[in-house]
Amino acid sequence: MSATNHEVAGEAGEPTRRDMIHVATGAVAAGGAAMLAWPLINQMNPAADTRALASIEFDVSKVAQGSQTKIMWRGKPLFVRHRTAEEIAQGKKDDGAELKDPQTDDQRTMQSNEQPGKPEYLIMEANCTHLGCIPVGLAEPGYIGEFGGWFCPCHGSHYDTAGRIRKGPAPKNLYIPPYVYTGGTVVKIG
Amino acid sequence: MSGPSSYVPKSDLEKWLDTRLPIVRFMNDTLVDFPTPKNLNYWYTFGGILAVCLVSQIITGIILAMHYVPQIDMAFNSVERIMRDVNYGWLVRFMHSNGASMFFLAVYIHIFRGLYYGSYKAPREILWGLGVIIFLLMIITAFMGYVLPWGQMSLWGATVITNIVGAVPFIGDSIKTWLLGGFAVDNATLNRFFSLHYLLPFVIAGVVVLHIWALHVPGNNNPTGVEVQDVKKETLPFHPYYTIKDAFAICVFLLIFAGFVFFGPNTLGHPDNYIPANNQVTPAHIVPEWYLLPFYAILRAITFDILIIDAKFGGVIAMGGAILILFALPWLDSSKIKSMRYRPVARMWWFAFVINFLMLAVCGAMPAEPPWTLISLICTVFYFAYFLVVLPVLGVIEKPQTPPASIADSILQSHKKSAGVSAAAVPAE
Repeated sequence: MSATNHEVAGEAGEPTRRDMIHVATGAVAAGGAAMLAWPLINQMNPAADTRALASIEFDVSKVAQGSQTKIMWRGKPLFVRHRTAEEIAQGKKDDGAELKDPQTDDQRTMQSNEQPGKPEYLIMEANCTHLGCIPVGLAEPGYIGEFGGWFCPCHGSHYDTAGRIRKGPAPKNLYIPPYVYTGGTVVKIG
Repeated sequence: MSGPSSYVPKSDLEKWLDTRLPIVRFMNDTLVDFPTPKNLNYWYTFGGILAVCLVSQIITGIILAMHYVPQIDMAFNSVERIMRDVNYGWLVRFMHSNGASMFFLAVYIHIFRGLYYGSYKAPREILWGLGVIIFLLMIITAFMGYVLPWGQMSLWGATVITNIVGAVPFIGDSIKTWLLGGFAVDNATLNRFFSLHYLLPFVIAGVVVLHIWALHVPGNNNPTGVEVQDVKKETLPFHPYYTIKDAFAICVFLLIFAGFVFFGPNTLGHPDNYIPANNQVTPAHIVPEWYLLPFYAILRAITFDILIIDAKFGGVIAMGGAILILFALPWLDSSKIKSMRYRPVARMWWFAFVINFLMLAVCGAMPAEPPWTLISLICTVFYFAYFLVVLPVLGVIEKPQTPPASIADSILQSHKKSAGVSAAAVPAE
């Protein structure tokens, strides 16, 4: 293999015709491998039927004041909480508190079109932003944390009445899904 | 220890085969004539025990796959059907679920044995590194297997662990969605976990072959940590001397295994996994299987931001680092003496490390509340300090005892000692 006449021809470090063929062949093979690899990798991403999960509509008036319900969206639960006047007042008061992920109470009920929403209805993803457990809120019996909102029993994160992280390992406030009110109390989520 | 082959083909068939595919020669050199140090104790039988565990898991696993349905509406019920209706299904499933626990029990003893006798040191760094890869693959395989019954712990354990991936900055979310095949742990996730859970044991088997290959180049370490100098005086052929010793240890191990399978098949499991998965209710207290508790405790120990790294990602780095640091161990331990038998100070630290590891397991099982959060943090710091401070520094400052000049010497010494004892005992009779 070594020292064939082809290599001898490439003295003084000059690339030879054969080098050119090697590089070109290698490049084609690498490109082909990459193109073949992509479908094999991408097949693991969400399939069309999963992605096609349409946005949902929900009538928030079904939730009584001072209570909370869970609805399913994209295979995961959402909290819809109908807050009392005191809870809203508490949320607004805490706008000035030391927040890990600063957001005002108004921003927490903002619609995705940047229009103010309904302050009494808090719509959030029900997964703790730490590792995805479902925090305990008003809907079920149990400790709801030091701030009257939600408490995640898995690793001890406390959320306030606006769903903001106040204490514990979670890095972010409970996520707000994109939503707009389409008329009256009907909200379109997603 | 690889050396010239001592195999002499006897029959005509063996001679014919030996010049074409010398497989009989290979088996003879690895499993029969392989020279093994004379002084291996019972802690050295766990390699053989682990091989039995892997084979048992693969056989029972293939059988379970014949009856299991990887679909979220049917997975839980198909497991219950295996338990109630499939002939001896209960036995096969309990052998598989308890087999995982026994596998980890054996691998932890095997790893701590290596730590004690310095089996990771030159020329066995690759052997050790391959072992760490096997351990890592075992963790991934066991985690995916635990998801398959689709109980509450399956679903929520999977949710918590895949969220760990989501903690990686910038690309974490995309990777998480890619792994799950959706926006939450769902049917797509269950399907692929089943596929990978079936695949990975064979990958483990492949790495085990490399592990044994890497073992057979320098040969076994031994309790003195002194390398074999005289193959004739200091070694015995693997068969029958160590096949019989391993076989005895395997029998004792299988007795314990059978004890769990027949008398406490659910002792090591979590009762919540007999509740079908429900993605709207999180169990009050999510815990992994016992063998992952120490690493779970390390994950939860980081509850504060470190510079620009937030607490969530910090925990992930700590947990991954706890396993990955083992790869660097051969270069972190600065002592020239292999066996802690001759390192009295290091030995104390080793015992402290074992107790600390057990303590981490306790922390992992406890709720994330004071005082456990603080204890977890202290134990995590000690875990890393053992590798990053204690072992590098100790090798320089400690005064080790002098190991015997050779394995033959150590055997002679212990013979003299026991001869002295029996001589003293004779008059008493």
